Amino acid sequence: MKQIFISCFLIVVFGILLQSQTGSSVSKSNGKEVYNRYCLSCHQSDGGGVPRMNPPIIKTNYVNGDKIRLINVVLKGLNEPIEIDGDEYTNPMASHAFLKDQQIADVLTYIRSSFGNKSSAITTAEVKAVRAKIK
Amino acid sequence: MKFTALLFIFSATLVSCMAQESDVTIKTPDGFSTTTVAANFGKVRHIAVNANSDIYMKLSKLVNGKGIIRLRDKNNDGVFDDTLYFGNYIGTGIALKKGYLYASSNSEVFRYALNAQQNIIDPEKPEKIVTNLINKGQHENKSFALDNEGNIYVNIGAPSNVCQELDRQKGSKGSVPCAILDSAGGIWQFKVDKLNQSYAEGIRYATGIRNSMGLDWNSEVNQLFVTIHGRDMLFQDYPEIYDQKAGAELPSETLYMVKKGDDCGWPYVHWDHLQNKKILNPEYGGDKVKTGADNAISPLVGFPGHLAPNALLIYNGNQFPSKYKNGAFIAFHGSWNRTPEPQEGFYVVFVPMKNGKPTGKWEVFANGFAGMESVVNTRSAKYRPCGLAQGADGSLYVSDDSKGFVWKISYNK
Repeated sequence: MKQIFISCFLIVVFGILLQSQTGSSVSKSNGKEVYNRYCLSCHQSDGGGVPRMNPPIIKTNYVNGDKIRLINVVLKGLNEPIEIDGDEYTNPMASHAFLKDQQIADVLTYIRSSFGNKSSAITTAEVKAVRAKIK
Repeated sequence: MKFTALLFIFSATLVSCMAQESDVTIKTPDGFSTTTVAANFGKVRHIAVNANSDIYMKLSKLVNGKGIIRLRDKNNDGVFDDTLYFGNYIGTGIALKKGYLYASSNSEVFRYALNAQQNIIDPEKPEKIVTNLINKGQHENKSFALDNEGNIYVNIGAPSNVCQELDRQKGSKGSVPCAILDSAGGIWQFKVDKLNQSYAEGIRYATGIRNSMGLDWNSEVNQLFVTIHGRDMLFQDYPEIYDQKAGAELPSETLYMVKKGDDCGWPYVHWDHLQNKKILNPEYGGDKVKTGADNAISPLVGFPGHLAPNALLIYNGNQFPSKYKNGAFIAFHGSWNRTPEPQEGFYVVFVPMKNGKPTGKWEVFANGFAGMESVVNTRSAKYRPCGLAQGADGSLYVSDDSKGFVWKISYNK
């Protein structure tokens, strides 16, 4: 009985892990589509950006740090020069609030786990919560 | 053994004096040769070469707290052995004229008097001739040109892509009228010998110019010539009108002759070199066919889109073959907005001209700076041409703002 209980428990745990893993990779691949459509031109296919103009999204605190700040950048845009590793980037980024919460969660999950970044996923609920505070 | 040791010392001395050669092969037409004359000086934007062969480099990022570098060959052996750092501001523009060095920050223009030995009399106390120009980050470079009558022409780039109500916002409409044009998006004329001039003291010489990184005075016809960076995002913002290839190829980058009072049409239209027309921008109701801005002038040449013409030099030297005299060299910095198509540019182009008008098709003059056949991501290009200068001997100098190299291109007959 005890063995069956442990087996069931393990199956459930494994199932949850598998589901979240699959959920995350689906989010990542959907996120790549969003990236290619809305982000690629400025941030480029390697996430390296364009010198002086569009900032890199590789291993920077803007991407891998505070999730709320990152979600806000997508929702509100960023219209001030920023400095990364001693270099300044001056092109403004437009607001992408027209994207759905799911699309924003997907694209941020994608960039936080691509280009050498290894940060956790961002959920639709997290995007929704930040958007609610803006309105 | 003794010979080997001598050879070693000789080679070591030679290497320590010469600039490190760039690790790319620069291709030029037959008869021309290229040498690296400066290496690893940082973000070298525009450059100027004095009659005594001193090179001045303007930096867009401070090195040792300074924004201008002068290289000098003290013993005249063809190798720069003296480096002077001065000026505590970043910027792009630099030029020499009649005993003065001119240099710009992103909101001001300074000038430095030179003495008979071609030394700057007081490197840390220049005269501030222009001040308080708009600098909002985007298109902030105050590149400039000087005429022969004591005027300076300063590019005040528009801090905007196409004067939308919300800059770079997909779907946002173009503003009518475009208020930016009151203080930017044009070329302002100032006097070289008056202090602290700003908008009230200057003249809006030409308008409708999004960002003219390249400017030069054409002394053959006594007129200002400029290269303009065309707008971004036609494909990304209007895929239903401009497909991926059209968005990479359009709008044209352009070369203009601009006279006082001219309007080049930004933000309402862009030049389309495939149709040879001023096409209405989609933010203003354009559909890739409708033309607009009938009052605006047309360019002399339209180049493929997004190549980024960062410097212009009208060649008036005697070293190069006669076809180059009074023609235009243009340094293309290389694109980013051709994505997802491969990038393009990263070369120096020549436009043959006579009496200020093109006499033939433009051609790539010096190529290979990127160090690779196809550039996918802009930053992977090894070098990016950004500035041009003509030496007293008629050689052409090309600068790179990626790593801070300068090349000298000479004709060997």
